[in-house]
Amino acid sequence: MSEITPAVVREHGLTAEEYQRVLDRLGRTPTLTELGVVSVMWSEHCSYKSSRLHLKKLPTKGPGILVGPGENAGIVDIGGGWAAAFKIESHNHPSYIEPFQGAATGVGGILRDIFTMGARPIAVLDSLRFGPLDDPENGARNRHILEGVVGGISHYGNCFGVPTVGGECLFDPGYSGNPLVNVFALGIFRHDQIFFGRATGVGNPVIYVGAKTGRDGIKGASMASEEFSADSEAKRPNVQVGDPFLEKLLLEACIEAMQTGAVLGIQDMGAAGLTCSTCEMGGRSGAGIEIDLKLVPQRETGMTPYEIMLSESQERMLLVAERGREAEVFAVFEKWGLDAAEIGTVTDDGLLRVNNHGETVAELQNSFLTDDAPLYDRPHTVPARSAPLDGPPVADVDSAQALDALRKLVGSADLCSKRWIWEQYDYQVRTNTTAGPGGDAAVVRVKEAGVSLAMALDGNSRYCALDPKAGAMLNVAESCRNLSVVGAQPLGATNNLNFGNPEKPEIMAQLVAAIEGIGEACSHFGAPITGGNVSLYNETLGKGINPTPVLGVVGLIPGMEAPPSSVFPAEGLTLLLLGGWMPGAEDALDRRFGSSQYARVVLGQTWGLPPALDLDFEKKVQDLTRSLVREGLVEAAHDLSDGGLAVAAAECSFGPAGMGASIAAPGDLPAVYALFHESPSRVLIAVRAETVERVQQEAAAAGVPAPVAGRTVAGFLELKVGDRTLIAAPIEGLYEAWDGALRRQLEGE
Amino acid sequence: MKFGVVIFPGSNCDHDALYALESNLGQEAVPIWHQSEDLQGCDAVVLPGGFSYGDYLRAGAIAHFSPVMKAVKRFADSDGLVIGICNGFQALTEAHLLPGALVRNANLHFVCKTVHLAAGTKDSPFTSHCPSTPLAIPVAHGEGRYHADAATLDELERADRIAFRYCDAEGKLTEAANPNGSARHIAGVLSEGRNVLGMMPHPERAADPVMGSTDGRCIFESMIGALSLAS
Repeated sequence: MSEITPAVVREHGLTAEEYQRVLDRLGRTPTLTELGVVSVMWSEHCSYKSSRLHLKKLPTKGPGILVGPGENAGIVDIGGGWAAAFKIESHNHPSYIEPFQGAATGVGGILRDIFTMGARPIAVLDSLRFGPLDDPENGARNRHILEGVVGGISHYGNCFGVPTVGGECLFDPGYSGNPLVNVFALGIFRHDQIFFGRATGVGNPVIYVGAKTGRDGIKGASMASEEFSADSEAKRPNVQVGDPFLEKLLLEACIEAMQTGAVLGIQDMGAAGLTCSTCEMGGRSGAGIEIDLKLVPQRETGMTPYEIMLSESQERMLLVAERGREAEVFAVFEKWGLDAAEIGTVTDDGLLRVNNHGETVAELQNSFLTDDAPLYDRPHTVPARSAPLDGPPVADVDSAQALDALRKLVGSADLCSKRWIWEQYDYQVRTNTTAGPGGDAAVVRVKEAGVSLAMALDGNSRYCALDPKAGAMLNVAESCRNLSVVGAQPLGATNNLNFGNPEKPEIMAQLVAAIEGIGEACSHFGAPITGGNVSLYNETLGKGINPTPVLGVVGLIPGMEAPPSSVFPAEGLTLLLLGGWMPGAEDALDRRFGSSQYARVVLGQTWGLPPALDLDFEKKVQDLTRSLVREGLVEAAHDLSDGGLAVAAAECSFGPAGMGASIAAPGDLPAVYALFHESPSRVLIAVRAETVERVQQEAAAAGVPAPVAGRTVAGFLELKVGDRTLIAAPIEGLYEAWDGALRRQLEGE
Repeated sequence: MKFGVVIFPGSNCDHDALYALESNLGQEAVPIWHQSEDLQGCDAVVLPGGFSYGDYLRAGAIAHFSPVMKAVKRFADSDGLVIGICNGFQALTEAHLLPGALVRNANLHFVCKTVHLAAGTKDSPFTSHCPSTPLAIPVAHGEGRYHADAATLDELERADRIAFRYCDAEGKLTEAANPNGSARHIAGVLSEGRNVLGMMPHPERAADPVMGSTDGRCIFESMIGALSLAS
């Protein structure tokens, strides 16, 4: 057996103090297998040791929450005896090292988190971040990463048969060496079909099912807990390889096995593989688990106990069945042509005991690996700020400049159409997608329950880099606003916190502030956090990414009708701006404009503060929007966000009907602010002329300004501020700038 | 009418076809497991979309060795109506029930979007109820580019066996309207006996108003019409 030297301990990412804890608890030197097991379970990825203390402050309870954080996924009630399980998970580090497989296995991992609870996955969304595609130095590499990631998601999701219905994709130089791939999945099941990852009943068999174990992905969880250095390429063997067909069979077999009633607990083998699934199943129930590695189905010969325990081979599950009914479980897996093997039993001693050919190679307390993992209150000072508070004076625009700015904005990397990406995803399979990619929120109907579910993913690192708390609150507000425009009421949320190195106090401060912001805003909008993921050490060569919390909010829509479109469907509709022209405009506008896409794209710099947000007002606007949509009064609805009024009006004009708009804003502010400032709490809706009065009455009763902004016109976009016409252009040219931008960049035109 | 929907391991549009036939078209529809040779007395057979057996060799290549395909061949040989959609079309060409092959899309990417189709003939049990205006029906495939040698393509045209062609909203056969680079814009072809149809687009995804188009219904309605006449 290898000797455990200080160098070996360091290689495993354990600090001297952490290793001392191991020695104290064991009263002896750990075996190499034990050291490996401890190192992955205590890695940031598995233990949340830097974030756990702060995550506890998030709101996690609400009337519709059936299962909160701590399980494989959170669960909300959707009515009629049905429930939805959902979660978001990152696969950032593997996607940098091997984009296609890294992203593919990210999809595979989150799907297993959903169906391990008994739910059938019905929707996937993803939130992606890449370095600029036209970067002179890293552009080629960034394009390669984007194409690989999109190909991987497409390959896995399409073959598995789950629709990828939405998401977002944004760019920043900070992601050049550290792309973000956050994948969200949602599944449905009946309340009485929920399964948990718990080992119960002393003497019950522990059964391994699915793919055989190989040497792929060994120590992936530890890799995901380190910064990247110049030799990260050498970690390519740490990335797993996915097989979506096997996963599809595993889904069908697991759900069928659960229906036999012989399965008591089940957990997928994701990060840290067999190690994590055994000790977590034991840890949750307080039981022990004893396994024999010689019984584990293996793909390669000569694997050591260390390798078997730490392998992250994909498409594997661990389950505990009722003793005497194993045959029922084995019969199901045989029908689907999958391996299933009894590899151990549940014990009563709370230990994870691992045997190999008669020798005990690891014996550790489950709770020592899970609940008692290190917990750090890392120092946090003032959040790192990426830009100055004050910027240059902002010149107002004339008509030529305004149109030029709008063309630049709609063709910019963040705001352009992402059709090149989402047309590679099968967003319709299962024929439930009533609002697919490209809109504010994705909507899928749930035929079984007679309702629809809306989902939105949003992250805004531009705002968070300037003020992580305010930025995080704006993220939550936008996600919930995106749900309200399709008529959905938030049920719950999941978050993926992507940050740099938490050992740096100014980075830790960003994390703490963002969690506070998410907590406050989620409480306000009635969207408790049901779980999520924390991805730290997103740094390359010592440079961290902008703080990037990503929120995934799930909402309920009664009924199964398609929601109003986010594009104008017809000519002659009246446009109303719910929330008014510029809420919060009086407060430090020159500083707040520095966080806008206009500042970034047109002026080429960023400064100042995120837009002002009034949570109470925001909620009024959302509640009003939702009820107008549900009353059937709204023909089209789109919220104002990146790029402000002008970009929102343009996006609404890019629909198949070729309908544009004529909009007139008041002239009390400089036109550049009226057109491009990103005040939140605003929704542009199109209504029939005969319902304008009723809509305005309801808005007045709700305390929300709803001025008439204009009307829809065919083929043309016109925006006036005061008595000046700033933008007047055919839709076609703007559409081409918007629709083809990503393809042109990728194809190097 | 009674439709049988074949389920291969890896089929993933099986439930969509069953739902469209039962709920949107009011027909009886039953699943048929790939290891069965019993078509359960169905009047017509649907080979649905998906990635049968993972499609690791060629799309549809393994599916045609399954027991159910023996039964489907016998059924087709005795003039039974068989429609293969997407992966089902691929399986039908692999089984030589239809000529040609489906190869990787010209741009090498999977593509999911709603396209327009022009019915190439009214003279078939799948297209008799189709209007002469273009149909809006989604495609979702990575290997959907129809390929055959020139002689085969000429023969298909001569025998009026091209069921559908990709076109634009006005019905024109433009380059831009061809989503995968298919030879002669071919989206669907008929067997010599005209009782087997393979098509890449998904009519079952265009059968319910809430999904944005009901233009796929006319294909199933044509089948129901043909079966009613025959019975």
